[in-house]
Amino acid sequence: MCLGVPGKILSISTEGDRADVDFFGVRREVRLDVVDEPVSVGDYVLNHVGFAIRRIPESEIGVTLELYEELIRRADENDLMTADVRGEMNAARKASDG
Amino acid sequence: MDKQLAQLKFRDPARARALGEALNRVTQEIGRDPISVMHVCGSHEQAIARYGLRATFPRTLNVIMGPGCPVCITDVPEVDEGVALALAGVRVATYGDMLKVPGTKRSLADARADGGRIDIVYSIAQAVDLARDTDEEIVFFATGFETTAVATAAEILRGLPKNLSILSAHKYIPPVMEIVSEMPGSRVEGFLAAGHAATITGSAVFEPFAARHKLPVVVAGFEPLDILAGLLALLEQIRDRKHDVQNLFPRCVNREGNLVAQDKLWRVFEPQGGRWRGIAHIPNGNLRLREEFANVDARKRFKIDIKSLWEDAPSQLTQHCICGDIMSGIAAPKDCPLFGKACIPDSPVGACMVSSEGTCRIWHQYGGVPDLREEQR
Ligand code: SF4
Repeated sequence: MCLGVPGKILSISTEGDRADVDFFGVRREVRLDVVDEPVSVGDYVLNHVGFAIRRIPESEIGVTLELYEELIRRADENDLMTADVRGEMNAARKASDG
Repeated sequence: MDKQLAQLKFRDPARARALGEALNRVTQEIGRDPISVMHVCGSHEQAIARYGLRATFPRTLNVIMGPGCPVCITDVPEVDEGVALALAGVRVATYGDMLKVPGTKRSLADARADGGRIDIVYSIAQAVDLARDTDEEIVFFATGFETTAVATAAEILRGLPKNLSILSAHKYIPPVMEIVSEMPGSRVEGFLAAGHAATITGSAVFEPFAARHKLPVVVAGFEPLDILAGLLALLEQIRDRKHDVQNLFPRCVNREGNLVAQDKLWRVFEPQGGRWRGIAHIPNGNLRLREEFANVDARKRFKIDIKSLWEDAPSQLTQHCICGDIMSGIAAPKDCPLFGKACIPDSPVGACMVSSEGTCRIWHQYGGVPDLREEQR
């Protein structure tokens, strides 16, 4: 529950309160109610239980993604960290068109 | 090329070795044995255990996991409230980790076996969806630290369906650091603060604590090198008798935190004293719904009778659980006679064996890693 998951914003709803986000190839919808600053398409955000909680500064994206890519690609299903990351991804609603 | 670069940065052996050597040097300069520091984050413990970091720490460095698992510190009567509601026929939605956490007599899983209706959700939004699909009353049993409470707050501010209410067991981390550092027997000389909770609160929230207790606090990320770098910064401060708040996780944390989220959090919740399982009464450690939100407060909507669950004494086994001492930093899972024997993830005796963020569960899963260090001693 402590581990947020980063994802890339693909589109933003017309009301501006939701965004479709790409989580390592999985498309999900997250809420933008509590993100710390305005976001736009192409930005990376850190997400927790279905809410974006921080826009990740451009310069920090590479280092931020590494841990997660390693977890998702290499770890087995029983790995606790991987399970937590997958849980976070499941916390976001299925994107309407994906 | 890209991938190679990623791996290099991620676990660059040369950098890890350099950090390890620096850690060795600084612990020697400090010269005490042991030097104990505490982190308060299940994800930190997962990374430490998963990557076998303890085996690389200097022998005199003792890195303890404190109360960093929100599931583990959810108090017994709080679980009882969920169980009582479920047994009274109310549908209870909650995070999956909560299912096996023991109450006085029953866990939510036991309540489900007895006919209670428990829905597992990954987020409060899914509880909202459940409520929209039915006329039945649903209670969302809301657990987690401030990071998770922000989501609960945002959803409440948006307006919940009429048949959904909230049983808040949310907890707030900064106050527990005060209590744990003051505990008799505590030798904690510094704290590694949880990266993602600090995304919300900002690093400044730790400044009064660091000044009052003269203890350094370093905010650190979750990768092996992040953790090593965080520990090194902490030890350098201990050596130099400093007690500053340092932020080594600027990609997720800044000084003032997420102000939008803080605003929503404190509009909906107020801090209140309450017990954290096995640890102590933590002043301001619980997040309770403000009076304005009484209409969505399950404690106000329902008469929750937990006393009837207390008629029998708790089972003998649970009394041997030392989760509280482990989270306070005065014991380790191997000190518990039930660890890996009577208490395993499939049939947990204590809450620390339930959650993926519990110390006992993590040590059980990645077993051998902590022992390696023992053998070196
Ligand atoms: S091994 Fe089980 S009983 Fe022992 S402290 Fe850990 S959770 Fe409690």
